[in-house]
Amino acid sequence: MKCKRCAAKATVQLRSHNTAFCKECFVFFFQRNVERSIERERMFTREEPVLVAVSGGKDSLALWDTLVTLGYRTEGLYLGLGIGAYSAASQRKAEAYAAARDLPLRIMRLEEEGDGLAIPEAAFFTRRQPCAACGTFKRHHFDRAALDGGFAVLATGHNLDDEAARLLGNVLHWQLPYLAKQHPVLTPTHPKFVRKVRPLYRTSEYESATYAFLRGIDYVVEECPNSHGATQLVYKDLLNRLEETMPGSKLAFVSDFLRHAHPLFAGAPDSPAGECARCGMPAFAELCGYCRLVAEIERRRSQAVAHS
Amino acid sequence: MHVRLEPQGRQLTIAGRRRVGDLVRSLGLVTGTVMVIRGDDLLTDDDMVEDDEAIELRAVISGGAR
Repeated sequence: MKCKRCAAKATVQLRSHNTAFCKECFVFFFQRNVERSIERERMFTREEPVLVAVSGGKDSLALWDTLVTLGYRTEGLYLGLGIGAYSAASQRKAEAYAAARDLPLRIMRLEEEGDGLAIPEAAFFTRRQPCAACGTFKRHHFDRAALDGGFAVLATGHNLDDEAARLLGNVLHWQLPYLAKQHPVLTPTHPKFVRKVRPLYRTSEYESATYAFLRGIDYVVEECPNSHGATQLVYKDLLNRLEETMPGSKLAFVSDFLRHAHPLFAGAPDSPAGECARCGMPAFAELCGYCRLVAEIERRRSQAVAHS
Repeated sequence: MHVRLEPQGRQLTIAGRRRVGDLVRSLGLVTGTVMVIRGDDLLTDDDMVEDDEAIELRAVISGGAR
């Protein structure tokens, strides 16, 4: 198999694009695709400061690496979730990547934000799935860090497979409000929110893993222990089996949704009416979702201590 | 050949010379969900792996909320 650009021996085969590349040409292809996504969706310019949420995984580090290479103004943000050895390894990978390239990286750790706020404890005290608390904590701390740091944009490493799986779940259950919000650019609905973007939304998981490998990025290969049995992984498996028979299906599913269907679902943006009485971030009620969750953890934790 | 599956950390020994695409499918894996790594190189479906070689099949699927 030969590289479609230079005819050297190919090392990367992309059936979804009906093409193959050598190492150098694949890196060029990947970076150009990300740049085109940024420009097509007007995500941000080279003058705007971008906060990149990095988990230590392949997608976020591939994204950060690409943005830096393309000359965008970036800073990394790592949020430690307190999930034992997995979080410790993730933080080490994120720190090592940043240190080796002399890039600025902010570190936040849930366990340092308050007692019982690490994901395992939060799940235990609220008696809910860990992923529920994880999403709420991430949204709050990413929003807060972007606001406090004066960033124009928050970029995350969600890839094509994430977007396709999310879209399949939203369509299966006709989640109209979620379909309205499914877009690679979320414009702020409150002055304290920043623009949220997903520059890898047209880039598959295989492509970001391949890019990370070929660029020598040492990322966390292990999966979050809480992801076993996750619904999103069931959707991803279904989509990958479809993709194997019909290459390009995932990209068509997401891009055609954005082109043809998303405008039908997108209504007036749902703007928070006020600000949280506790943290001051935008809120639909007296307390924002994050502070309601923290208050619940504090209450249940106090009850547990009183009964012990 | 020696095959290491990551992130599971499983080791397999498979006899004979195999084409990468055939090997991946014979293990019940979906093409495009694993990187096939030999040393510092990635392999494509039509590459051959010899009997005395060692490769890694590294899953690329991650994430997932309940």
